[in-house]
Amino acid sequence: MDGIADMGGTQGWGPVHPPKRDEPVFAEDWQRKAFALAILSIRAANGGINTDAFRHALERLDRAHYIDDGYFGRLLNAGELMLTERAVLAPGAIEARARNLRGEHVPEPPVTEPVRPHYAPTAEGSLRSLETAPAFGVGQRVRARAVSVPGHTRLPGYVRGRAGVVEIIQPAHVLPDTNAHFLGENPQYVYSVRFDSHELWGSDAESFTLTVEMYESYLESTA
Amino acid sequence: MTTTTRGHDEPPSVALRTEALEQLLTERGLIDPKVMNGIITQYETTVGPLNGAKVVARAWTDPEYRHRLLEDGTAAIKELGFGGFQGEHIVAVANTPTTHHVVVCTLCSCYPWPVLGLPPSWYKDPAYRARVVREPRTVLSEMGLELDDEVQVVVHDSTSEVRWLVLPERPAGTEHLTEEELVPLVTRDAMVGVAKAAAP
Repeated sequence: MDGIADMGGTQGWGPVHPPKRDEPVFAEDWQRKAFALAILSIRAANGGINTDAFRHALERLDRAHYIDDGYFGRLLNAGELMLTERAVLAPGAIEARARNLRGEHVPEPPVTEPVRPHYAPTAEGSLRSLETAPAFGVGQRVRARAVSVPGHTRLPGYVRGRAGVVEIIQPAHVLPDTNAHFLGENPQYVYSVRFDSHELWGSDAESFTLTVEMYESYLESTA
Repeated sequence: MTTTTRGHDEPPSVALRTEALEQLLTERGLIDPKVMNGIITQYETTVGPLNGAKVVARAWTDPEYRHRLLEDGTAAIKELGFGGFQGEHIVAVANTPTTHHVVVCTLCSCYPWPVLGLPPSWYKDPAYRARVVREPRTVLSEMGLELDDEVQVVVHDSTSEVRWLVLPERPAGTEHLTEEELVPLVTRDAMVGVAKAAAP
């Protein structure tokens, strides 16, 4: 989907922040539990670890829930979205409890009956082996499909319709586009495709090259 | 963000919402505090850029290991005992005097957790995610790394489960140092490609 998470090449963010030495992993105390709870929420909501479903929850957050709470807040908010969609928690349950924690007296919604997806990964992780041969070869010129899909995808907007060259054929992986929606693993080869900066950003762009990992169905051969 | 009392119209802070979620999941028997604390310990103390630094220092001192690392990063990294979640398949690329690699994830903040731990704040910053695929030389300059015009810049956008590790150049004047002595010179930033490994 074309959501807030697809940031590559977008403008208006201001300067980058130079690295700080000895930055702690968790700058604030709550971030420790927010991180762990987000990971645990993936399993609690779905009955298993499906990071594609989690990333799809992340990309559906509105701007405030994605940006304003920072990285760990964003993970927490995505966890809440998944838990609510699977009726593990009722809408508003977290806010009501949080208000009561700070001394308010608000009614909390009743406990709901979870409706979890049927999730049966064929193996741990995302690597899979395929009997078939890769459709594209190293050195082959390919084009990223110029498509916009309503659901989850890992095809960034800024490479769609652009041509590049296959640099590395990576092992086959579970396809996020279907796995995120619990519609099957559909493992595919992944290709590191190298693009020239001028193909992506025009003739005035800085000179550099860029590789992006593309699942096989994201690519078409160029004539 | 603070958790002190606010007006009731203020939405609860993210810290309070974290506490609320912990309570709700615990009451429903969906999380085990031991497991939760184990995850925190794992990523706060066990796993971090020291792992990657050991890989780099080995590659700097053992040419055969370096070759294996660049041929099959996952297997070479596993030789040192590192791998797993968010590092199932790792590709290592070597920076040289003429080629400079730098890594980003524009779609979220994918990062090779088993060798580098959780990403630093600058890596998760929208400005970095958005801009380094469009104007990497400008971004690197803002981060304090000036590259000569003739150096080729290669950006790696880790959009899939493939993870990238940059093997920085060994700093000049470190020929007399042992593998162990080299480890502290290898910074997280150098292994993502926004800095160079510095001489001691």
